Amino acid sequence: MAVAARGCGGVWRRAWQRGAGGPSPAPRGQRAVACNARGGAVPAGKSGLAPWEPVVGLEIHAQISSNSKLFSGSQVQFAAPPNSLVSFFDASLPGTLPVLNRRCVEAAVMTGLALNCSINKKSLFDRKHYFYADLPAGYQITQQRVPIAVNGSLSYSLCIDNKMSQMVTKTVRIKQIQLEQDSGKSLHDDTRSQTLVDLNRAGVGLMEVVMEPDMCCGEEAAAAVRELQLILQTLGSSQAVMAEGQLRVDANVSVHHPGEPYGVRTEVKNINSIRFLAKAVDYEIQRQIEELESGGTILNETRAFDSKLGCTVPMRDKEGKQDYRFMPEPNLPPLILYDAKSLPANMNHQQVVNIDLIHERLPDLPSVKRAKLVERYGILPEHSFTLLNEDGLTEFFENVVKQTQMKPKKVIGWILNDLLSYLKQHSLTVKESPVSSFLLADLLNLLEKKEISSTAAKQVLAELWKGEGKTPLEIVKEKKLELIQDQKELEQICQAVIDGQENEVMAIKAGNLKVLNKLIGLVQRETRGRSNPVVVKQLLEKKLSQ
Amino acid sequence: MLRASLREVSAALKEGHVTPTELCQRCLSLIKSTKFLNAYITVAEETALKQAEESEKRYRRGQPLGVLDGIPIAVKDNFNTAGIETTCASNMLKGYISPYNATAVQKLLDQGAVLLGKTNLDEFAMGSGSTDGVFGPVRNPWSYSRQYKEKFVPKSHSQDEKSNWVITGGSSGGSAAAVSSFTCFAALGSDTGGSTRNPAAHCGVVGLKPTYGLISRHGLIPLVNSMDVPGILTRCVDDAAVVLGSLAGHDPKDSTTIQDDFKPFELPNVADVSKLSIGIPKEYHAPGLSSEILALWSKAADLFKNAGAKVIEVSLPHTCYSIVCYHVLCTAEVASNMARFDGLEYGHRSDMNKSTESMYAATRREGFNDVVRGRILSGNYFLLKQNYENYFIKAQKVRRLIANDFVKVFRSGVDILLTPTTLCDAVPYMEFIKEDNRTRSAQDDILTQAANMAGLPAINVPTALSERGLPIGLQFIGRSFQEKQLLTVAKWFEKQVKFPMIQLEEVKRHDHDAFQHQKSASFS
Repeated sequence: MAVAARGCGGVWRRAWQRGAGGPSPAPRGQRAVACNARGGAVPAGKSGLAPWEPVVGLEIHAQISSNSKLFSGSQVQFAAPPNSLVSFFDASLPGTLPVLNRRCVEAAVMTGLALNCSINKKSLFDRKHYFYADLPAGYQITQQRVPIAVNGSLSYSLCIDNKMSQMVTKTVRIKQIQLEQDSGKSLHDDTRSQTLVDLNRAGVGLMEVVMEPDMCCGEEAAAAVRELQLILQTLGSSQAVMAEGQLRVDANVSVHHPGEPYGVRTEVKNINSIRFLAKAVDYEIQRQIEELESGGTILNETRAFDSKLGCTVPMRDKEGKQDYRFMPEPNLPPLILYDAKSLPANMNHQQVVNIDLIHERLPDLPSVKRAKLVERYGILPEHSFTLLNEDGLTEFFENVVKQTQMKPKKVIGWILNDLLSYLKQHSLTVKESPVSSFLLADLLNLLEKKEISSTAAKQVLAELWKGEGKTPLEIVKEKKLELIQDQKELEQICQAVIDGQENEVMAIKAGNLKVLNKLIGLVQRETRGRSNPVVVKQLLEKKLSQ
Repeated sequence: MLRASLREVSAALKEGHVTPTELCQRCLSLIKSTKFLNAYITVAEETALKQAEESEKRYRRGQPLGVLDGIPIAVKDNFNTAGIETTCASNMLKGYISPYNATAVQKLLDQGAVLLGKTNLDEFAMGSGSTDGVFGPVRNPWSYSRQYKEKFVPKSHSQDEKSNWVITGGSSGGSAAAVSSFTCFAALGSDTGGSTRNPAAHCGVVGLKPTYGLISRHGLIPLVNSMDVPGILTRCVDDAAVVLGSLAGHDPKDSTTIQDDFKPFELPNVADVSKLSIGIPKEYHAPGLSSEILALWSKAADLFKNAGAKVIEVSLPHTCYSIVCYHVLCTAEVASNMARFDGLEYGHRSDMNKSTESMYAATRREGFNDVVRGRILSGNYFLLKQNYENYFIKAQKVRRLIANDFVKVFRSGVDILLTPTTLCDAVPYMEFIKEDNRTRSAQDDILTQAANMAGLPAINVPTALSERGLPIGLQFIGRSFQEKQLLTVAKWFEKQVKFPMIQLEEVKRHDHDAFQHQKSASFS
């Protein structure tokens, strides 16, 4: 099947993404891990030789969440009026000098520690030169030689075959994290053939996180970036909202045969969501394989992802290869960081960055939070992922648990199946939910005390979404959704149902007990969900055995 | 009055012998009558008079801000001055008015100094003659002194008196000429490879290059960030100490300034040099050193010896590599620093509008002179990936060796080094321009730039007149942040050599007239 699929892009892509899937087993017999890092491979090409192995590395620019810019006192703010947040330094007025923002350093150290990096106690700043309208100084201050953090790792999980129940955990090595300045923004007005420049973003602090090429498909890249995003947001070192450009991902993609040197890589830019990242990487892998299979070569080039067309296209190269003419930044002394051991006694604590102190204050990272959720509430690991993936959902869940007698294991179903799907349908965030954790807990308590059935509970919830300020109990009363407590009334209804369904009764009596459920359903319909299915079942069974 | 030192005139202001406004007016009118020197690019008459007026009010209230209150000063035109044009003597910044004051300028203003104007220089401070700016060369006031005129013998018919004027040296030539011609009492220069000390030597004034990091560079338009320091030009060492005291110290806007507090100091009138060890670096006996400077140098050494000081020959073995190394590091940083001048945010912008790139190219071609463009080109060459190791990294290593040479000498017990500042006295302009800027800079910076490479404090002290009646200065180099010791020695030396005052007709006439005017005014 894989062989047959080779001619066709889409199928081919699916084939390696999901690990062949068909009758031909994936290498190592591990279904669905054909694209795992280091070792997973794409089935053989036309030549019938070794399979292709995609190699994916990422360079991620995360805007540091800070009140002011990396080297100036200008405010940092998204979507402010153009050029309203520009200091003399940001506009590179002659004679101005950079002054390092301590908050940015701390954010980078925090991030480095969270990504298991070793923090360089001495790091350096360099100038990277190129001419561009939104780079006022003609160079960017970055950390080319000695970055602030190196040699880390990031563990992330992804599900196989899109099944939440099959999750694997992988690790990507972090090469380094460097501090650098953001550029401004250029707006090209083609009709009037002019370029407008907004320097609000110029000089904002960035952390560039360089991931080693340890990934091998779009899903892995996407999962790694999602985990990084969660970590940054947990730390508060970056808001990491991709849509606002606070997290920008460039992917380096190549393919090769296992055991052979890496292939020529391309750099894919212009990826502005995690979903597009997966698409862009997969497309590029696919493109390269096809190119090579048809006897072509891969150029070491920069390509842009076109989200509308779903493909990558070569970017207009800036007149051949750039030589950035790196040079030490002479206006910034080496950045010295301290730990408890090296901290000089007479040093003003306001002036130094103490790595150990930052380490102590690190919040629980997502992986730890998930483990705690699983342990504390007995929920499934995949549920913990969903809880953390939605901003504020964990807190919502925990609040409901606190206020209800219902077991967390049952609560999670209501949170994920009812609350979350409703929010998704209406594109709402957890914070915008019309039903508060208090109301939901109230409702679940009614259910738990058996005052209403779960069918009725869903009806109440549907009312609650309207946000009319009614309590669940009020809705129950208003709509008369309480369980029928009158045994006689219920018996009558059951009898009526039995009387009306001769065929079903016959089937049950013949031994097909499954049909009983249909009768229970009919009773529920008759009572508009106001009957307890357990009681109904007992009543029906009693009556049918008579 | 105009020929007084800063401290003397400050005392006169305090005692009411002269008011800040009178003083300012006299300086302004002397600037006018010495306009031919081309020392100033911009004269800020209006703001200066306003500042003088403010100062006068403070004196009247008996609350002057300090020694500098009411003192007319000038600032090299590569320091940013809010509201007053800052040009760097370049088409690129012609008409550029900065929105902020350099820290050094702000500090002077905060202490009541009166800013007369901005002084001429080589374009972006790249040069050693103050001849290569768009506003034309600066003329050395000594060209018009009685001392020089008396000694002048035309060598040929074509060489008449008019074309015989000599250069000031550079690149802070305007500041040196301003102080030397008595149009101000102190001036700011900048010193990257000798740009303060060299013109100070040629113009017969004191030129101090402080330790790197002692005075903020914020607002000084950079040449080489890792070597630039604001320089101080005054008529005597004491004045330099006063200005230094008002400028030195940490600046949160310049991360390379010292963290520790700086305590201003006064220099003792009687100094004991007998316990000092004066080093004479043999490598400074450089090729091309004029015999009279050599003789003067050794006479100076004798002065110290006779006063009981230990004078020893020392070696700074890497000196000969210094100028080449300086060239690489300087051009590399220049290439980088000049990248911001693209015509977009400020400064000159070419009319070329075919594309952003063509606009950049035309802007930079029109805005920079050949010297600047040449340095940008070679700097970029040294920074190319394929050349970086061979040039930039090597030059940095050599720089470390040069700095270590000084460390070793000072560690061996030497307190101060004594060297010439220049190879010879000032050259006539017509002769100077026969060589290109690069050759000239390489020759003229040879004795001064090593102190910049090592970040050490150094000072030019006017010592004697040459056979041609032009000033010759000697240089003292001190230990890092040991300005007090350096200036103490310089002051002692200054006292011994009794450098003659410049005899300028213009100044004499002017000062005299001014006095006459004042007298008649007070009698009426």
